[in-house]
Amino acid sequence: MSSSRERLAMSRPKEGAAGQTGSWRVFKPVVDREKCNACGLCSMYCPDATIDEDFNIDLRFCKGCGICANECPKKAIEMVREEK
Amino acid sequence: MLKAAGPDTVMVVPACCTSVIQGIYPNTAFNVPVYNIAFGAAAACASGMSNAFRAAGKKTNVIVYAGDGGTLDIGIQAMSGAFERGTDFLYICYDNEAYGNTGMQRSGGTPMGAKTTTTPTGKTDAKKDIDMIIAAHDPPYMATACAAYPQDIFKKVQKALTFRGPTFIHILAPCPPGWRYPTEKSVEMGKLAVKSGMWVLYEREYGKVTIGPQSKAAMKRPLPLEEYLSPQGRFKGIEPKIVEILKQRIAKNYQRLAAEEEASA
Repeated sequence: MSSSRERLAMSRPKEGAAGQTGSWRVFKPVVDREKCNACGLCSMYCPDATIDEDFNIDLRFCKGCGICANECPKKAIEMVREEK
Repeated sequence: MLKAAGPDTVMVVPACCTSVIQGIYPNTAFNVPVYNIAFGAAAACASGMSNAFRAAGKKTNVIVYAGDGGTLDIGIQAMSGAFERGTDFLYICYDNEAYGNTGMQRSGGTPMGAKTTTTPTGKTDAKKDIDMIIAAHDPPYMATACAAYPQDIFKKVQKALTFRGPTFIHILAPCPPGWRYPTEKSVEMGKLAVKSGMWVLYEREYGKVTIGPQSKAAMKRPLPLEEYLSPQGRFKGIEPKIVEILKQRIAKNYQRLAAEEEASA
């Protein structure tokens, strides 16, 4: 805990009282690597900070809000209905 | 925000959405110490905290992170006091223009014409201009920002923390359930607010006003206000009369800020 606090005072998604928030999702983001130009806007705008530097989406915590798909300038992210 | 502030930071949080984000004791979502305090006492608490840190010779950043209810309505007395005493702290108000936690009741920050659970036919009064109230305290630095421009917020927080004395940042935070629009439009809504002129980005540094480049572009070629109002459920069925009043207020606000910028240049 102390080492991570020294490193950066920034929050990362972690399991809280509600468990893994990814279970709330109805639509999941799917990245088309062909179209992606790695601009990083999705990672910057993600309200849950689930997208890392390599643009892998942490589906355990992604709530499927769709901001990444809406903001992607290349339209490389598609929201696909979750199959349960 | 915390990325800009760094690890040597203490947060003071009154009752607001951040009280929920933190999680339930003993777990926390923050990597820095957070002090939860009564709704009206955040700035007073930060005042004492900051003085204690300075007396101990520490440079720890003290940041108050409050909502619009905790700033514009309930917390204004303590905040005004802290600014008047010249406390060395940063006050951040994130403004979703209503009391979101309790189910979107009207606040002093709700714009005219917006429907909330306590104003079902649309608010009849104008939004309180808290930035002018803060400006009257003459702090070394104050700014407005919008959640749709995270890099802008980052820079402003970094800048604000370099000043000695009270600093203020007012952030417009679009709220999907409260403003009644689909979640994926959050960033878009923030940008529309700036482009239509409902929200103006500017900084005030020792009285010198600088309007942000995004708002400067919007002043030259403003987006029709209807484009900002129509996607939001809270403005559904707004009277044309009120839209006119809002437009006039936007034009007046632009004029005032442009004049202030020119006068202080």
